[in-house]
Amino acid sequence: MEGYSYIIWILILPLLTFLVTGLGSRKISPTLAGIIGTTSMGICALLSIYTAGSYFGYYSNGVYPSLKVFDLPWLSFTENLSIHLGMVLDPISVMMLVVVTLVSFMVHLYSIGYLHGESRGGVYFSYLSLFSFSMLGLVVSTNLFQMYIFWELVGVSSFLLIGYYFTKPSAVAASKKAFIVTRFADFGFLVGILIMGYVGGSFEFDAIISRLTNPESPEFLTATGAGFLGISLLTWSLVLIFMGGAGKSAMFPLHIWLPDAMEGPTPVSALIHAATMVVAGVFLVARLFPVFFQVPVALDLVAWVGALSALFAAIIACTQTDIKRILAYSTMSQIGYMMFGLGVSGMGEAGLGYMGSMFHLFTHAMFKALLFLGAGAVIHYVHSNEVSDMGALRKKMPVTGLLFLLACLSISGIPPFSGFFSKEEILTAALMKNPVVYGIGLFTAGLTAFYMFRLYYLIFWHNKPYHDKPSPLPRKKEAPLTMMVPMILLGFATLVSGFFPFNNFVTSDGKPLEITFHADLSAIAIGVSLTGIALASVFYLRPGPWPDKIATALGGFFTTVYRKFYIDEIYTLVAKKFIIGTVSPVANWFDRNVVDGLMNFTGTVMGVFSDSIKVWQSGKIHGYLLWFFAGSMIVLILMFIL
Amino acid sequence: MNLTLLVLVPVITLAGILLVKNKGGARTVALIGSVVQLGFSLLLLFMYGTERKSGNSTDFLFETKQVWFEQWNIHYHTGVDGISVAMILLTSFVVLAGVLVSWNVEKLSREFFFLLVFLGTGAYGFFISLDLFTMFFFFELAVIPKYLLIAIWGSGRKEYSAMKLALMLMGGSSLVLAGIFGLYYYTGVYGNGSTFNLIEIAEAGIPLEIQSFLFPLMFIGFAVLSAMFPFHTWAPDGHSSAPTAASMFLAGISMKLGGYGCLRLAANLFPEAAAEYSFYIILLSITGIVYGAVVTLFQKDIKLMNAYSSVSHCGFVLLGIGMMTKTAATGAVLQMISHGVMTALFFAVIGMVYERTHTRIGSQMGGLLKVMPFIGTLFFIAGLTSLGLPGFSGFVAEMTVFVGSFQVPGLFYKAATVLACASIVVTAVYILRAAGVTLMGPLKEEHATLTDAAWNEKAAGAVLVFCIVVMGSAPWWLSDLIQASIPGSFEPLIILPH
Repeated sequence: MEGYSYIIWILILPLLTFLVTGLGSRKISPTLAGIIGTTSMGICALLSIYTAGSYFGYYSNGVYPSLKVFDLPWLSFTENLSIHLGMVLDPISVMMLVVVTLVSFMVHLYSIGYLHGESRGGVYFSYLSLFSFSMLGLVVSTNLFQMYIFWELVGVSSFLLIGYYFTKPSAVAASKKAFIVTRFADFGFLVGILIMGYVGGSFEFDAIISRLTNPESPEFLTATGAGFLGISLLTWSLVLIFMGGAGKSAMFPLHIWLPDAMEGPTPVSALIHAATMVVAGVFLVARLFPVFFQVPVALDLVAWVGALSALFAAIIACTQTDIKRILAYSTMSQIGYMMFGLGVSGMGEAGLGYMGSMFHLFTHAMFKALLFLGAGAVIHYVHSNEVSDMGALRKKMPVTGLLFLLACLSISGIPPFSGFFSKEEILTAALMKNPVVYGIGLFTAGLTAFYMFRLYYLIFWHNKPYHDKPSPLPRKKEAPLTMMVPMILLGFATLVSGFFPFNNFVTSDGKPLEITFHADLSAIAIGVSLTGIALASVFYLRPGPWPDKIATALGGFFTTVYRKFYIDEIYTLVAKKFIIGTVSPVANWFDRNVVDGLMNFTGTVMGVFSDSIKVWQSGKIHGYLLWFFAGSMIVLILMFIL
Repeated sequence: MNLTLLVLVPVITLAGILLVKNKGGARTVALIGSVVQLGFSLLLLFMYGTERKSGNSTDFLFETKQVWFEQWNIHYHTGVDGISVAMILLTSFVVLAGVLVSWNVEKLSREFFFLLVFLGTGAYGFFISLDLFTMFFFFELAVIPKYLLIAIWGSGRKEYSAMKLALMLMGGSSLVLAGIFGLYYYTGVYGNGSTFNLIEIAEAGIPLEIQSFLFPLMFIGFAVLSAMFPFHTWAPDGHSSAPTAASMFLAGISMKLGGYGCLRLAANLFPEAAAEYSFYIILLSITGIVYGAVVTLFQKDIKLMNAYSSVSHCGFVLLGIGMMTKTAATGAVLQMISHGVMTALFFAVIGMVYERTHTRIGSQMGGLLKVMPFIGTLFFIAGLTSLGLPGFSGFVAEMTVFVGSFQVPGLFYKAATVLACASIVVTAVYILRAAGVTLMGPLKEEHATLTDAAWNEKAAGAVLVFCIVVMGSAPWWLSDLIQASIPGSFEPLIILPH
């Protein structure tokens, strides 16, 4: 599409930055690498905002069109199936371009200050660029396979960045875990893609959607006809694709990698593990939403997985003590909201859930990035992740404290901050479709307010820390300017983004959506959130005996929650004890002794056989003569007899 | 282009190595020879492309035919199609990297380089041959040097390993030879006189019952070389004893002779029998893929790990062939190329690490990325290629096999594809475990003074990484080159049973 061809630079710039800072990481200084990365991402952000402006300004027939700006064949498999690399502009991809470039720009800028003095900073910034490139490639994908390609690339960037402190064993373990768990989920995604290609005859989103939403098309009939194990192929495909999405978006039970991923540098957690990569699963479901909508089973699965993950993570978050892990569980919980928002949504007029989910994705990216960057500033200052090492920091870091409070209010759903608006729409949509999910969502909103304010109080109030730290904290208080500026910008975004008329722009069918404000529902939600905040204030504003008493009273339940419901242990049991500890040694023994034993046995038999006949080749003439005569005699005798 | 040049250059190189007296001369000659050969291979690719563009659509280009032994109708008959061009390119890249990696071999270095180039000569001859007899001749040329390379320059139980490898491969060869003679005889019965000519045999119309008898000989014979389960056990022993360059050649070139033979000789010449046996081929290759991956998980020795992972990865080659579709077979050839360069890089890196740390046991290393960032990065690239990361060659090959296989109607084929897909998860586990334990984590004190790659190692790594990245990021030309030459007996896919 002419007019938009400049958007190729949104991909080229980060890729070039990756190559330059990566190949030259030992030649250029970390700060220079940071400046290059920040500038390039800043340009991308400007381009994206400009694109968003012109795209949403342009409006044909009352519908925002889907524009394939680029579409180049990359690898062809058969006549119909091939991988193309392209860039598509439609409401959700334009929105994601803005989100990714903006947050990435802030994180780049923040990292210059955060990583000051790190010798491997150049490598860090090259990984960050690689991630940005991959994530941007993912959101503009024109087809499933392109998405899979960039999906894997964001996975590997995440792996590299989590393992950035590679001499630290816990970081190594976390990076491996993140990659392997998401790889397992991607196995489902890949098989889902293969099925989709098989039944849909294409990997292109537009072709798949137009064929599989038309009940008359031959593809639709095949896809929904006889399947495997009584489930139609289309359902299989969507469920498996969702498995990939659930892995990336840390949905239960594939969430176990996300809390550990907090081993990475904090800006990375903000960018990858809060604002952008982890919402890729939501984006994937949204991208294929018209097809999901054809299969109620799959959509219900999305709703239930989302709702349960939201609740599950919120419960765990109430018990954790590591600032970043609390935020990680909160991310998981908020993504759960986005997922069930999609799961309860309809199409077109009934697409409130879809719109709310995308809206929440947008607002969440801003306030969650702010929370992580704020946490980073705190960690930078106290050199610890444990909330017990913090407390009363509001006097030392007033600006950070204020911004953190703002983000907490937003995530808790208190008006007029952004989180209120988006969460409200998701909850309203849930009530219309599935009251149980609504109930879970509402309860989780209360929990969210509780654990977020617990966190806020433990860091910034709670005058007497649990344990007196022996060494006094350094005099330097607020973070440097490069860290402060992005936080203030994000704080501003948190304040205003809720008023953005999202329903006019990002909807399930590209047409503006009428939304009505339900004062009663809002009142209920705000009431629940305020209750959560109030409870947190009672327990955590000042040190008191109550939290410990309640924990003791809950006994086993508390321990179970604190140990994250032992999900990690179950995985360890299956993966480490069973597959690596049992199956693979047995297979190795079998290979060395049975399979190879058979080969060696063949060799030995040959050897024994040849040993036994080699005495006949003694080289002694009289021996040969003896055998010759003996043989001749036998033959003669036989001739006489017969 | 005269294809004989591709054999002539290595032969002249061999003569040159014999003529020079010292070590420095031998390696220089070998390097020059392999650079020139790489130049010719690239020229061949270019000329092949131009010729095809100009509309030449015969199966094989640049054919030459010379009577070698008239009485038995044996010819020196050469010609190339897209598949052989790709394999020749692979060989010349791997040979160059192998020569570079071996730059500082101390023991009998003249003889070492001689054998390396000799092995390459056999491979080039094999890939350009269209006469089964000459093809077999070159095939055998490539077997002997492996024995010597392992038995003389190897480590550990080298005599045992060398002998085992030679015997198993020779066993395979004998099956192939029996198959070739069978073909020779039956073309006399059913075709226009006994012949070793590949093109004529393909047109001879040998009946199914004869095919069913000859096909297994040919296929198993070559599949032994390609480490098909259960004939793969030479690979772990061979690799664990072989010197670095020999491992690179063994996995990067030799195993590919097997795959190429399975495709060009077995599946192409006996299409009906191949279809009949496809169930068993797929069954064995899937076993190899999954079982190989699971056994790899157990390996503590990183070289053994790569040897077993080769068993798993080469399973994709046989799976692609067994599916008998154009796309899957294209994937099989892509996988041969991808695995060839990837595993050569991996063995090269493992050699570099071993030379410095004097251990191959992962847990005895750690944090090496800190002292050898270049080698560490190569290790990561090889590993990520092995686990099929997009942007590197492995992804392209595996996805082509998967898509091609999944399109075959029938639950069995789909189940096999899904199992093959599952193996990439296991691959990720063992690769990351190996990388985590060797490159990451705390650095061992005794390794704090180790040095990063020398110039020759950097050059070898760069050559192979170049192949991996080019193939992984711009795969279309290679895929098209290969796909156009997949024999017609491989059905183009029937999409959708509408």
